[in-house]
Amino acid sequence: MNKPYNIEANAGDGLVAALQNAQEHYGFLPEDVIEKISEVTDVPLSQIYGVITFYSHFSLKPVGKHYIKVCRGTACHVRGADSVIEAFKDQLNIGVGDTTEDRMFTLETVACLGACALAPLVLVNKQYYGKVDYEKINEILSLGAKEE
Amino acid sequence: MTATKIPVKRLGSIDSLDILRKGLISLKGKKETYVAICGGTGCRASGSVELAEELKKELKTANLDSKIDVRLTGCLGFCEHGPLAVVNPDRTFYQLVKESDAKEIVKETLIGGKVIERLLYKEPDTCRSVIKEEDIGFYKKQHRVVLAMNGMVDPTKIEDYVENGGYKAFSRVLSQMTPEDVIEEIEKSGLRGRGGAGFPTGKKWRLCRAQKSHKKYVICNADEGDPGAFMDRSVLEGNPQSVIEGMLIAGYAIGADEGYVYVRAEYPLAVKHLQVAIHMAEELGLIGKNILGSKFSFKINIKQGMGAFVCGEETALMASIEGKRGMPRIRPPYPVESGLFGVPTIINNVETMASIAHIINNTADWFASMGTEKSKGTKIFSLTGKVANTGLIEVPFGISLKEIIYDIGGGIPDGKKLKAVQIGGPSGGCIPESMIDLPIDYESLTQAGTMLGSGGMVVMDESTCMVDIARFFLSFTQDESCGKCVPCRIGTKRILEILEKMTKRRTKMEDLEKLEELAGVVKKASLCGLGKTAPNPLLSTIKHFRDEYIAHIEERRCPAGVCFKRAKPSVAREAVKA
Repeated sequence: MNKPYNIEANAGDGLVAALQNAQEHYGFLPEDVIEKISEVTDVPLSQIYGVITFYSHFSLKPVGKHYIKVCRGTACHVRGADSVIEAFKDQLNIGVGDTTEDRMFTLETVACLGACALAPLVLVNKQYYGKVDYEKINEILSLGAKEE
Repeated sequence: MTATKIPVKRLGSIDSLDILRKGLISLKGKKETYVAICGGTGCRASGSVELAEELKKELKTANLDSKIDVRLTGCLGFCEHGPLAVVNPDRTFYQLVKESDAKEIVKETLIGGKVIERLLYKEPDTCRSVIKEEDIGFYKKQHRVVLAMNGMVDPTKIEDYVENGGYKAFSRVLSQMTPEDVIEEIEKSGLRGRGGAGFPTGKKWRLCRAQKSHKKYVICNADEGDPGAFMDRSVLEGNPQSVIEGMLIAGYAIGADEGYVYVRAEYPLAVKHLQVAIHMAEELGLIGKNILGSKFSFKINIKQGMGAFVCGEETALMASIEGKRGMPRIRPPYPVESGLFGVPTIINNVETMASIAHIINNTADWFASMGTEKSKGTKIFSLTGKVANTGLIEVPFGISLKEIIYDIGGGIPDGKKLKAVQIGGPSGGCIPESMIDLPIDYESLTQAGTMLGSGGMVVMDESTCMVDIARFFLSFTQDESCGKCVPCRIGTKRILEILEKMTKRRTKMEDLEKLEELAGVVKKASLCGLGKTAPNPLLSTIKHFRDEYIAHIEERRCPAGVCFKRAKPSVAREAVKA
């Protein structure tokens, strides 16, 4: 986050690429970065915000160190994804779409990760956890305890 | 690693491609021993990459790394039993393989030639161990065409694809066929769009070819958004070159010089493999200017989706590529007349694209010999939910749902009974157990009140509440509705509100009537396919499971025991295994 990021150099082939690259770098889209992208791409801010708020991939808020995405696809639903979501909500004391106060965890749901045979599935950053049960939920939650 | 390295040089002609292929085959030698480890996302999550690395280490220790190849391949399909390892050429099939099994596999099987009994699949009824992949019940009734190379090629190595016949079809098209010949062949094959709508592919190409334009585009729709579906993911991860070859042939046929693959960002491995595949094809000169010395040039770009299901709809997809909000527009004009950036465009699904080379190589007649009268060829399905063998299957059209669930799927586990099968994702409907003999093809499913969709098949047993399923699908489509048209934006919201109330509190029979009325309006009046098909899960569950709705309303009772309770947030894994 403190690494210098050159918006012009990462503008790609247009607005969407610029936004995707910035999101990849910062984990979300800070206000000043969006303004800069508007300058570089010559697209009005209103249009840019229209694009950002349309797509669930983009976030206007900073995300936690461990971005928990619980899959709520059909197969995961049938195999108990709702209970997994409730367990995370209860243990982290946040709702879906929120980040914990210590910025350790963000809890989100995602429509389908496509690994349906491993339902219920949870993705934490880029790590997949399949056939999630109480033990695996604890394993994920303990990621926060390991940090300084 | 077997030394199959041939200096990568830009191929200047079809002859040089043939020479490369022959060279690769002769380097392989007469007998090829290799271990295919499933490298699909599912098996990776269970440790298949670590297993592959360990096997390579053990082979190196035994000084066999130059003779025996360890290949991390695409999805082998038997996901419930992953990680999977297939020892070739014998086709010995090992399942639930752990990293710690690597040493024994090298010692006993690769060196000793013996089979490790405990790693073999056992038929659940007889407890009989099965050695070869093709003898396993899950695979016997399948007919793998598009997925055929998934267990053979390393998706990050273009030479594997070429060695196994890749780009033969494209070479033939360039040297022996006119664009008209290609379109005729695809029309004759009867190939229909595998994304769900089932539009005849040849007809779409012909319509686009007929347009006079200086610029045309080929788009491969890889925004596989249906929850429960991962067919396209597996093709892109496992054999991305097959999609590229399809796009090249499509571009040649319609007169386009540029293409896009629009792929979900939720599929990072598919994106990565596609990037590698395009790069390698460019290096070999199979993508670029004057390909293989011909007048045909083609460029392929990748665009990643940004988490909007509606962008799987073709007009929304194009808006997204153009950098706008992914909102559909009215048709006509259809994309073949005015598509991406206003020029003629064809949009084809991943599986459709991956079928093209097979048709050119084996003839349209061969393709049309599989399937039914109006649904030709094979289809990939992702079989998930309450079924013993969850995974990826490829079957000829016309096979019955019963054969899929019981012969391939292994039936319903834990002694439970089959209740229904959801086909077609949020656009589809449920087939109840009473209709289990239904043949699977475009027409039969439409007549049964559902649709084929992209291939997601979710099996449900007696513990699934059909009212809750309708609520689940509507909460998905409501969330994903782009908001442009009133029937979808407001209609799905009102439907969802009633369904949520129906699963939590007291409702009346007039609420059920309201649901049916709303569903009819949303279906008829919505702008695009998302809205038009959103009521399908609701309508089909009301049709086949009306008694469940009535129990919820009149008795405030959920026959499956799912609704009307606030679940305590403790998790007992509601698993297929106890």
